[in-house]
Amino acid sequence: MSSSIKKMAEKVTLLSFWPSMFCVFALEEKGLSYEYREDLPNKTPLLTEMNSIHKKIPILIHNGKPICESLIIVEYIDDVWSDRAQLLPSDPYEKAQARFWADFVDKKVYGAGGKITWHRYKHEAAEGKKELIENLKVLEGVLGDKSYFGGETFGYLDIALLGFYMWFPAYETFGSFSIEAECPKLIAWGRRCSQRESVSKCLAEPNKMVDVVVRFRRMFGLK
Amino acid sequence: MAKSASVQLLGSWASPFSNRVQLALKLKSVEYELVEEAFYVSKSDRLVKANPVYQKIPVLIHDEKPVCESLVIVEYIDEAWTGKGPSILPSDPYERAIARFWAGYIDEKLETASGDEEKFAVVGKVLEGFALLEEAFAKCSKGKAFFGGDEVGYLDIALGCFLGWVKVAEIIGGGKLLDESKFPGLAGWAERFLSHDVAKDILPDALKILEFFGKVQAARAAATTAAE
Repeated sequence: MSSSIKKMAEKVTLLSFWPSMFCVFALEEKGLSYEYREDLPNKTPLLTEMNSIHKKIPILIHNGKPICESLIIVEYIDDVWSDRAQLLPSDPYEKAQARFWADFVDKKVYGAGGKITWHRYKHEAAEGKKELIENLKVLEGVLGDKSYFGGETFGYLDIALLGFYMWFPAYETFGSFSIEAECPKLIAWGRRCSQRESVSKCLAEPNKMVDVVVRFRRMFGLK
Repeated sequence: MAKSASVQLLGSWASPFSNRVQLALKLKSVEYELVEEAFYVSKSDRLVKANPVYQKIPVLIHDEKPVCESLVIVEYIDEAWTGKGPSILPSDPYERAIARFWAGYIDEKLETASGDEEKFAVVGKVLEGFALLEEAFAKCSKGKAFFGGDEVGYLDIALGCFLGWVKVAEIIGGGKLLDESKFPGLAGWAERFLSHDVAKDILPDALKILEFFGKVQAARAAATTAAE
């Protein structure tokens, strides 16, 4: 008991940029109080800069110690505040599956989505769209008929994909397609997650994501 | 029937990623069957079935359930055989996060370096990586022998599997990469790791890798010729 009170008194700061929501979902699920600080990209916007920003933020600062990389932060939060809202499964095999698929999301959804939003040439967007649909369909298969990727409980893998779910309106706009038409179960899952209190308070309006992409594309000199 | 058959590793002595898994299994004293996959020639049906997403080694099959991706497998081994042998991941959550961060960095760096055609660019990336890892070693080891402290751990395994390949790169390129004058911490760690009981029988030496490399080139050339 005393150790959890001690943890609550400890300072938790999240340095992030609002389109990157992974860590916020985890902190909210755990019901933690934390300071949120926006770290907006104020450097000269080159495409590589945007990528380096994705690498550098978010940063969680807990008792003065920094932790980087969204999924590593989420696991850290789960490790430290292990007394509530468990995010990773306890079973080693299920845990390995969650980590494997979260890594797949990171590798395959992030990359494909990026091709769509940051394309210079139309064919890049088309490539990205094809890859994205393929990969989302695989994830739909993983979800199956479960309510969440974690089964009956919302967890790590849900968070890993939810961060990208927010970008779906942007992918759809710049890829000219409907994700719901291709992956209805996934959209249903997204809507189900959006109803969670921890998620609904953070989820941006769909247009906001599109606006962000429009703004950045202009900055990068992309039409 | 055989207990060891309940743990199978689809891998290869020649793959550093496979070596990671072997090192972890050795640390935990887990008996297993190594199924050599001639991954450089073709993908076996067995491999495709076990890893449909990436069709790559290593794949650990434990009681018929496959686990893929080397670092995911290493963590799985640590968790599935908790209490057997030493812990692979640090026990402190913060140190765990740091270890995972650097392991991820290593794989990412490798990915970007292997995408480079230009030798100069590759060497540059490797040296950049070593510079950061030299710092990481100082912070993680806290003056002790390994990234994991007194004992070999997750980050030692994640990086150590490449040491033979670093030597091969030095032989082929003719330049010292893991230079003890530039990276004294890492160079000392490398010697200790390579002579550690866990690594000795698993990590192939540079000459064996070179020989293997030649074989792969030949096999690939033959395959290309056959296809033409």
